[in-house]
Amino acid sequence: MSAGKFGPQADGDSFPKLLVRNASELAGRPAIREKDLGIWQSWSWDQVLDEVRRLALGMQALGLGRGDKIAIVGDNRPRLYWTFVAAQSLGAIPVPVYQDSVAEEMAYVLEHAEAHFAMVEDQEQVDKLLQISETVECIRHIIYDDPRGLRDYEGGHLHSFTAVQKLGEEAMAGDAGLEERWLAGINETKGSDISVILYTSGTTGRPKGVVLSHDNVLITARDAGEFEKLGPDEEVLAYLPMAWVGDHIFSYGQSYTSGFCVSCPESPETMLQDLREIGPTYFFAPPRIFENILTTVMIRMEDAAALKRRLFHYFLKVARRAGEPILNGEPVGLKDRLLYGLGAVLVYGPLKNTLGLSRVRIGYTAGEAIGPEIFSFYRSLGVNLKQLYGQTEASVFVTVQPNGEIHADTVGKPAPGVEISIADNGEVLYRGPGVFAHYYKNEEATRETKTEEGWVHSGDAGFIDDRGHLKIIDRAKDVGKLNNGAIFAPKYIENKLKFYPNIKEAVAFGDQRDMCTVFLNIDLAAVGSWAERNNVPYGSYQELAANPEVYGMIEAHVDEVNKSLAGEPRVSGSQIHRFLILHKELDADDGELTRTRKVRRKFIAERYEPLVKALYDGSTETHIETEVTFEDGRKGSLSADITICDMQTYEPPVSMEAAQ
Amino acid sequence: MMQEAARPDETREILLSVDNVSLSFGGIKAIQEVSFDIRRGEIRAIIGPNGAGKTSMLNVINGFYHPQDGIITFKGQERRRMLPSFAARQGIARTFQNVALFTGMSTLDNIMTGRVPRLEKGLLGEIGQILLQAVYLGPAQRSEMDQRKLVEEIIDFLEIQHIRRTPVGRLPYGLQKRVELGRALAMEPELLLLDEPMAGMNLEEKEDMSRFILDVNDHYGTTIALIEHDMGVVMDLSDRVVVLEYGRLIADGTPEVVQANQAVMDAYLGVPHD
Repeated sequence: MSAGKFGPQADGDSFPKLLVRNASELAGRPAIREKDLGIWQSWSWDQVLDEVRRLALGMQALGLGRGDKIAIVGDNRPRLYWTFVAAQSLGAIPVPVYQDSVAEEMAYVLEHAEAHFAMVEDQEQVDKLLQISETVECIRHIIYDDPRGLRDYEGGHLHSFTAVQKLGEEAMAGDAGLEERWLAGINETKGSDISVILYTSGTTGRPKGVVLSHDNVLITARDAGEFEKLGPDEEVLAYLPMAWVGDHIFSYGQSYTSGFCVSCPESPETMLQDLREIGPTYFFAPPRIFENILTTVMIRMEDAAALKRRLFHYFLKVARRAGEPILNGEPVGLKDRLLYGLGAVLVYGPLKNTLGLSRVRIGYTAGEAIGPEIFSFYRSLGVNLKQLYGQTEASVFVTVQPNGEIHADTVGKPAPGVEISIADNGEVLYRGPGVFAHYYKNEEATRETKTEEGWVHSGDAGFIDDRGHLKIIDRAKDVGKLNNGAIFAPKYIENKLKFYPNIKEAVAFGDQRDMCTVFLNIDLAAVGSWAERNNVPYGSYQELAANPEVYGMIEAHVDEVNKSLAGEPRVSGSQIHRFLILHKELDADDGELTRTRKVRRKFIAERYEPLVKALYDGSTETHIETEVTFEDGRKGSLSADITICDMQTYEPPVSMEAAQ
Repeated sequence: MMQEAARPDETREILLSVDNVSLSFGGIKAIQEVSFDIRRGEIRAIIGPNGAGKTSMLNVINGFYHPQDGIITFKGQERRRMLPSFAARQGIARTFQNVALFTGMSTLDNIMTGRVPRLEKGLLGEIGQILLQAVYLGPAQRSEMDQRKLVEEIIDFLEIQHIRRTPVGRLPYGLQKRVELGRALAMEPELLLLDEPMAGMNLEEKEDMSRFILDVNDHYGTTIALIEHDMGVVMDLSDRVVVLEYGRLIADGTPEVVQANQAVMDAYLGVPHD
């Protein structure tokens, strides 16, 4: 069959139905791939159907049925992806859980979702679940993918993946009509059925279970796929947490609607190498990954031979000048065009190849604002990177930048079928096919978030600019006021700071206070490399962070941010008066960041209360003692003397003020 | 960890025994009349203060040093003199106190070298095999693929996929240690000798390494003899401990027994002068 015929008009209103369709229409074409023992192993769509059938019937034999929840925990693995559709074929509901959450967080989700089954990746997760089941009684059966280290484990509720599939085979052998009934059951699944519950990591309070129907996920995935003309030939790398809505749409939803093959990396550490081997055509990454890649490139270029370094910087300048206009199809002079062509051969091509981005046709980034320089860097190399704005409650797509309308400071136009409006307080509201059914067992939150007419309160403040693009400034509830009445949008300031490679995280304070102050985290890779080049000795993050030379460097960055803020009338009052560099890196294990690495400002303010106080009482140095959690869950304490640095602020240009 | 069960007991077969072994270099007596045994499947630690003769003991076991006196029995066969290569072929592998890898070669290639003693010579003999390898034909290709598969399993086991192609000289020390363990495992040894596997490691690396040692013992059933200075690690990992001091054996038994032994405490803490 041809790629063109396949797609939106094709039938199937649930994922099990799509699997059956793909198994016949795309038989023999790869559906999913995994690198195992150094070799990429693939399964075609018809093989996947066979694997899923045995798995589903095996789980049915263990007692999984309509309405039951099954938790899915682990890195991206084919068998874990199959569990989604296998569960859905029985009318059960998959509940993916963040694989790096500590036992306590996981216990909450499992208990709240009333998950009786769990499909987990390996011994690490089995241990976690066994620990959980000592206090939470809901888990009855644990199925594991990788048997390593589990030989001596005992208990009737522990099953290997292959053993469950064997159960399925035996059930089929013992009951001739079973397979038919399974297929008939798939035919009965419909679009309005619940397809998945995704727990949001939540910047505040307990995670909420977002209930999405097959229609939500499927229509959104299909429409967005049509918008970007995705077909069965795309290559996608599945490396983001399976519990995150983005992965669910890009690596599961759209793989089934568009029929493309998804590749699972060998291990989280090999992701960048696997990226290069697969060469995805459709690639999503949060800004921090693009930042990390860029930082790595820059650090490595600093160490390169002089000729290479000069070539790199020269052609980067050419790309900055000509690359984006060429990608956008705008007119560019002949000389620049020729130079860009030469650069493509000498620098951009090899660089993109090294990074695994040679074939990217559509690159998405979302989740946080991306630095304009970072964004332009990739686009100028010819990588069609675009921003989108999405939420779990919308099955990702709220807005997306259409080809040829790319602006570093917006998140694009409404996605297919989505309507947008702005509330009086500046909050963005949206409505569309992907809008969630409700929060699981939380009617109050559902009522607060979703109106009767189906409008969802995004919680983000923003506005539509004159090009019709949505621009997000901050979380609606985080936008506050300084004591002098000026608007204070902390994230806006933090993002400006974080665009410097040396600054990893920033936390701004100022709501109902006289002035704006910030906590900073330096980036250990970038500043560490600088330290190495400048013979600055250091033994730990803490030591480097307290170094006066580092302070001097960071002070220069903060000064630049102040100058830039001074030029923007709406936020010129939020110039940074004082800052300090924290003695430890903010960490999700300590609850300071969410699992998607967003800062939890309020929690941080409480935890480091003495530091906040010192920022406002005029002292130049302060002492702090902090409890830290190690990766294995043990706790220790960290104490430090922290220097506070005063900053110069700038008067906004008079003309600007008059204009306001 | 859930592997309290399956500890080797007295009934297990003795894999290696050392009887009255003495070794001296000129006038220096490195080992004096030491006897102990290693049972199949156990983790056996050799401890002692600096210069106690621990490394010399390992070198005697794998045939690098030749004791002047005493008998070593491996798999029921008594031996007096042998070459390290012969020990390797017999199933004894080791790692070194200072990492001894080929720094310019990748992790994969380093571990592949561990397969060399296990390569089938076939009908053509060594020279023929080398020629076949050079043109990468027929049996050589198949053999290479088999070897590679085994090596990949080790890479997976030790979780070092991400450094498969990295020259080991560029790796941090903790990872180099892990590669060295991988190379020793590639020999599919019956007895694995580890000379200070945790030396110079931080806490996290030590925890990882301990887990790998236990996993090797559990998964491959490999008998392990290790020298280690970190007493916490030794007491947690090993089934039985031999304590040497100035080349003599001063204690032998389970970690609990050895810990309670007065001579051991004196050796480690010093004897009060009164």
